[in-house]
Amino acid sequence: MRIESMLFKQKKFFTRLRPAVCGTAVFLAFMLALPAMTVKTTGVAGALWGEMSVQAASAAEAPAAAPAAAPAAAPAKKDEKAAAKAEKGPEEYKPITPPKLELKDYPKIKGFNSRITVWFIAQLHLFFGAFVLGVPIFVWVIEAVGYKTKDERYDNMAHEFMKVAMTGFSLAASFGGLLSIALVVFYPHFMQYMASVFGKVMIYYALFFFVESFFVYTYYYGWDKMSSGKDKLIHLGLGIGLNGAGLMLMALSNSWAAFMMAPSGLDESGAFAGDVWAAMHSHLWNPLNIHRFIANIAYGGSLTASYAAFKFLTANTPEEKAHYDWMGYTSFFVSMFGMLPLPFAGYWLMKEVYDYSQQMGITLMGGAFAWLFILQAVLIGAIFLSANYYLWCSLGRSNGSARYTFMIKPMAVIIVTAFLMWLTPHTLVMTSQEITKIGGAHHPLLGKFGVMAAKNTAVNTLIIMTFCSFQIFKRSNIRATGKGFWAQYGTTVQIGLYVAALTNIFFLGIWSYYIPASTRIGLSVPQVTTTLMVAVLSSVFDVFIFKSNEELGPPKWGSMPVRSQYALFTLTVAFTWLMGLMGYVRSAIRQHWHIYTVFRDNSADAFTPTLPYAAAIVTGIVCIFIALVLFMFWMPILASKGNGAEEH
Amino acid sequence: MQFLKPILAIVVAYLLIKLGVPFLGSLMHPGTWPVVPSAVMKMYMAFIILGTLLSYTYSEEGYNALIGPIVDVYSNPAKAAIKFGLVFVIGAFGAFVAYQYVKPTFDPPVELRSVHPAPPSSAELWGKSFQIQSLKNPLRDDKANFAKNVEEGGAIFFKNCFYCHGDKLDGKGHFAAGFNPLPANFTDVGTIAQLTESFVFWRVGTGGPGLPGEGTPWISAMPVWHTLLSEEELWKVIMFIYDYTGYAPRVTTEVK
Repeated sequence: MRIESMLFKQKKFFTRLRPAVCGTAVFLAFMLALPAMTVKTTGVAGALWGEMSVQAASAAEAPAAAPAAAPAAAPAKKDEKAAAKAEKGPEEYKPITPPKLELKDYPKIKGFNSRITVWFIAQLHLFFGAFVLGVPIFVWVIEAVGYKTKDERYDNMAHEFMKVAMTGFSLAASFGGLLSIALVVFYPHFMQYMASVFGKVMIYYALFFFVESFFVYTYYYGWDKMSSGKDKLIHLGLGIGLNGAGLMLMALSNSWAAFMMAPSGLDESGAFAGDVWAAMHSHLWNPLNIHRFIANIAYGGSLTASYAAFKFLTANTPEEKAHYDWMGYTSFFVSMFGMLPLPFAGYWLMKEVYDYSQQMGITLMGGAFAWLFILQAVLIGAIFLSANYYLWCSLGRSNGSARYTFMIKPMAVIIVTAFLMWLTPHTLVMTSQEITKIGGAHHPLLGKFGVMAAKNTAVNTLIIMTFCSFQIFKRSNIRATGKGFWAQYGTTVQIGLYVAALTNIFFLGIWSYYIPASTRIGLSVPQVTTTLMVAVLSSVFDVFIFKSNEELGPPKWGSMPVRSQYALFTLTVAFTWLMGLMGYVRSAIRQHWHIYTVFRDNSADAFTPTLPYAAAIVTGIVCIFIALVLFMFWMPILASKGNGAEEH
Repeated sequence: MQFLKPILAIVVAYLLIKLGVPFLGSLMHPGTWPVVPSAVMKMYMAFIILGTLLSYTYSEEGYNALIGPIVDVYSNPAKAAIKFGLVFVIGAFGAFVAYQYVKPTFDPPVELRSVHPAPPSSAELWGKSFQIQSLKNPLRDDKANFAKNVEEGGAIFFKNCFYCHGDKLDGKGHFAAGFNPLPANFTDVGTIAQLTESFVFWRVGTGGPGLPGEGTPWISAMPVWHTLLSEEELWKVIMFIYDYTGYAPRVTTEVK
């Protein structure tokens, strides 16, 4: 009987593993095959490594006539190291010039539009990729907290988060494999060039997939086995390995995206000079890495918050409701932890884009793509509003919240006002009658809200107010009982801190209208520092104030109103839409270039689509993703149904 | 009557924006009544309504106070007359909004205009190729003749540019009323204050015909100044507009 049971468990183990393994295998097969395939097309057999395929690509490509309409290309980032290497002679490397393609070089597959197909697959891959890279980070932290505090609830919650993420791993790998196929099928010459530059990196990328797969499966399936003592430490070590492999995968693939936007490691003629590290280390690589790393945490948190909300709404018992309420709150906290610094990481990325190319920066922020940033502002505003609403609803869990509810309406006024300032476009859409009344295309008052001085002020205010909502919730169920200075006057000091911070942010914001643009952009740093100081100092003050405290009753987990859970869904949908739109912007800013200013896109789709068209495509992708997320949420439920008797 | 509070809050916010913004704007630009464009007003009101509803429904008491009367009207047979009255009013409002959208109008369609045209990587002027990203104003290094260059730039401005851009550089020159879009207001923080000199050099030098294809419609009456001025004159006039407005040209960090 015991053996039967073990065999049954083994069978179930492998049954669960199968989809994930299949997805990974498909992806790996294509990642490994890709450089080989590109080499094969050029007639050089057996070469797998970058330098070898580099030479192959170079030999195979006869230069085509330059397109008549091609604008003069700016010299790509000159890399002295690469140039020095180039001078050493053809024995060590052969410069690879990007091919000049014609329309006939792009395969046509009946029934498929190449750009839309790749767009859908790439974005879906990125959604799942962001999710599965983000979740293990906070799962590990929660597990470590559980280990340290010896509170099993943390451990169980972390395990459940991983359970949700497991289907995500399979889907991310499956879409990754599909993306590789689609790129090779629709853009063979582009992939040939990319493999010729990054062949070695692609191989490492594929090998890291093995590493990640090893860690993800041992981490997840070894959870129960390694649940205590030294085994738990080994398990935590596996978690570090999983996150390390995930980070490497993200950084390697980011290097390709960054290279396409801001190519590096090229000589004066735009030819790849043979130094893969120089090609990887593009000007935008690290800004992209940081932005995506933070965003992954925020996004992973929002998706698991939606899972918890979904389970909360379908829970049958008060215990279940309490559990998923707590899980939702924890996920929400993780999401906000990532969300609050995200705008600043975004600013840094945009600043670096502008520094790399004025043309690219202006097209993004002031030109054809500027209106997508207005949509971005609307979605970020929706995220902040739903986050604050969730926190305000959370006050209902506490017994002493009545002391703070008077603050909510004034805070709502400040948040909405800051948000309106944040979304006001610089150039307004106006009818001719409105232009006549205003006396021109420039609005004397609203025009002032359209520049970064106002935007920075608004977003810092939004973040400070959101943090204030969080701090109110944290203290709503306790009362300080000490007699010292901090217990007596600590809250007054905190109020002073908030007032001083907001005053400083507004002063810097107004002052920045009167100083040069380059200095003005620099002022965002003290504004951000002020915001972070409020978060850090006020949290530290809380520790002193509530050193001695009494609880005003047990927290009422599970008592959240149903509508608060829809705020969590809103968070996820807004995040997903935002990622889709901004992912499009980041990619489309290359415009008619596969690799900006170096490798021209001459396919039939080498035009920038209209804004409604792009928004409609992104919306379609978001809808498919949400449907797949529901499938992902259903998987653990299905598994637990099968295990019902066992788990009880 | 609790449910009237959020409605009142929304009405007050609407009036503040509808009347308050033009009032403040008229103080900044006397002689105008700068209304809030309807496209912006719609965005503002959508989020004001949302924010108000959220701030009134976070607690059960607030939620019930807001929803209670609505549920009561729709479920209480004694209040059927009010219910049908409300249905009629909501329907009529929907019809009014729909009519406003579809009624014939002679107004030209609104345009989605971008703020700044993106410069090309390089531009051809006076038969030479200029790399816009790395281009610098050569006269900036000549510190000894700064005042002289600015003064000469001013003379060039008042001989050529001020008819459109105005003697205060605020875009209100003699010919300004004849243009749509209006000539650029250099005193506004959103124009030359956030641009590099190389951008302004390209924009002035190539004028309206030099604008890029992406991000159309670009409608600009700006002449192709490089056919009328020399390279040095162009740099001087750029120095003048920055000096006169008190703005420093934007500089970007050197990419290594």
